[in-house]
Amino acid sequence: MNELYDLYQEILLDHYKRPRNFGPLPGCDHEADGHNPLCGDRIHVRIKLAGDRLDEVRFEGSGCAISTASASMMTEAVRGKSRSEAEALFDRFRALVTGDGSAPADEELGELVSLGGVREFPMRVKCATLAWHTLKAALDQPGAIVSTEDGR
Amino acid sequence: MAIGMANPEAAAALDFAALRREFPLLDQAAAAGRPLVYLDSAATTQKPRAVLDAERDFYERCYGAIARGVYRLSAEATALYEAARGKAARFLGAAAADEVVFVRGTTEAINLVAASWGRANLGPGDEILLTGLEHHSNIVPWQLAAAATGARIVVAPIDDRGEVPLEGVARALGSGRVRMAAVAHVSNALGTVLPVAEITRLAHAAGALVLVDGAQSAPRMPIDVAALGCDFFAFSGHKVYGPNGVGVLWGRRRLLAALPPYQGGGGMIEEVRFERTTYAPPPQRFEAGTPAGPQAHALGVALEWLAAKDLAAVAAHEEALARGAAERLAALAGVRLIGTPRARAGVVSFVVEGAHAHDVGTVLDAAGVAVRAGHHCAQPAMEAFGVPATVRASFGIYNDGDDVERLLAGVARARDLLAR
Repeated sequence: MNELYDLYQEILLDHYKRPRNFGPLPGCDHEADGHNPLCGDRIHVRIKLAGDRLDEVRFEGSGCAISTASASMMTEAVRGKSRSEAEALFDRFRALVTGDGSAPADEELGELVSLGGVREFPMRVKCATLAWHTLKAALDQPGAIVSTEDGR
Repeated sequence: MAIGMANPEAAAALDFAALRREFPLLDQAAAAGRPLVYLDSAATTQKPRAVLDAERDFYERCYGAIARGVYRLSAEATALYEAARGKAARFLGAAAADEVVFVRGTTEAINLVAASWGRANLGPGDEILLTGLEHHSNIVPWQLAAAATGARIVVAPIDDRGEVPLEGVARALGSGRVRMAAVAHVSNALGTVLPVAEITRLAHAAGALVLVDGAQSAPRMPIDVAALGCDFFAFSGHKVYGPNGVGVLWGRRRLLAALPPYQGGGGMIEEVRFERTTYAPPPQRFEAGTPAGPQAHALGVALEWLAAKDLAAVAAHEEALARGAAERLAALAGVRLIGTPRARAGVVSFVVEGAHAHDVGTVLDAAGVAVRAGHHCAQPAMEAFGVPATVRASFGIYNDGDDVERLLAGVARARDLLAR
């Protein structure tokens, strides 16, 4: 039962119930759709760059608490970061949610650490990474559509 | 038998607590102090010891190639395999064992008919009638057949209750071009029991054949293909407490006899020459490759095990659990039933307002309650209700009222935790 409260922490539920940076982003220069066909989660991520920096990131869509909260936290975490810094953060985040939990807390991750509980629920890891895959797709190829079932 | 007429007194005669102890997985979980509330029998059922023993016994006592060898083991294995065919025929009320084709499951059974019958009988302008409740496995094979032949799909819609009104069936049949009606007996997504005998009557009057997807009805009610009147009936072994990887297609003898092969290979031929091959009669014509002997044998044992339980009592038990769960869920603030059919088998679908089905499923999982969350391979039905996914609780022979209590408690918790 404790895993449950590790998963649905207060901070995660707060991001789910009041997602940050939710809505359109007029004048964005990168965007992508993400889809998890297993649970029907759909997300649209938009990015406005300032030089190499992610000046603003917003998202829309519908999904479960994990995917919505993850997207919400992501938009805050990557803001102001360079592309390569954002991708490096994705790597650390992925290590957090797919690891065995033995690694020491990664201070760099900040609030994102609250999603670590998902590692106890392997069926839900894709929910947590959907927004990040979509962000990466938007940066790599504008207008891309990614699916959690693409073997990424 | 109409499920709505189930006799509650019959249910009392069966000792369901003792039955539950016949399932090693459930029994061991309980013994380890982690009792499992397994409410996903519509996806797959747990296996009783008798079925597990039967499969192992086949391997240990008489394992050999089916219908291939001249040695004693092969003969014994073949005899058990064919005996299982007879058991399946009896389970279905079929006229003869050779009307039973062993396949991998319901999906392969429907693909077989759609490909084999479809290729030989469908043409441009012909129609295939489905209902709005169908599982993807009773949609996609027909779409493939339609694409290959120029036929098209027509759909009898569902109503607000999640039932398929006969008027919609009759209207679709009114075109006079429907050649096949392929309908679920029980909706896997909503639990609706469809009036397949009536649909069959209408379809036959309009000159169409009828395939019944019995994946959800075979485990839940007595089946009598003669009384249903249908032409094909398909079900899966793993959903009737039997093993994985085996299922049954039943078809009328004269229809099977007229069907071209589905897959080519060993065992389905009379004589092979490079110029010309002649095919074995049914059912062997449709069983290319080495048969799944131990699985078919264990399926036969599962069907006997189930049929010995008084299926009317089993149906009444599961219907009572599903109805009780549906009524209690509907009364829970923030919970909405998806599908309120008047005739319901052991399946209940619902959503918790403001919470995603997968989150509800995870909260229930943490409480030891296993349910399905998702679109249940029935996206058109989900769309009709305007939801991407539901939580589905489905009952089996091993469930009881305590399981309903734990489901309700878990759903209330999920709602309190997640609802916005």
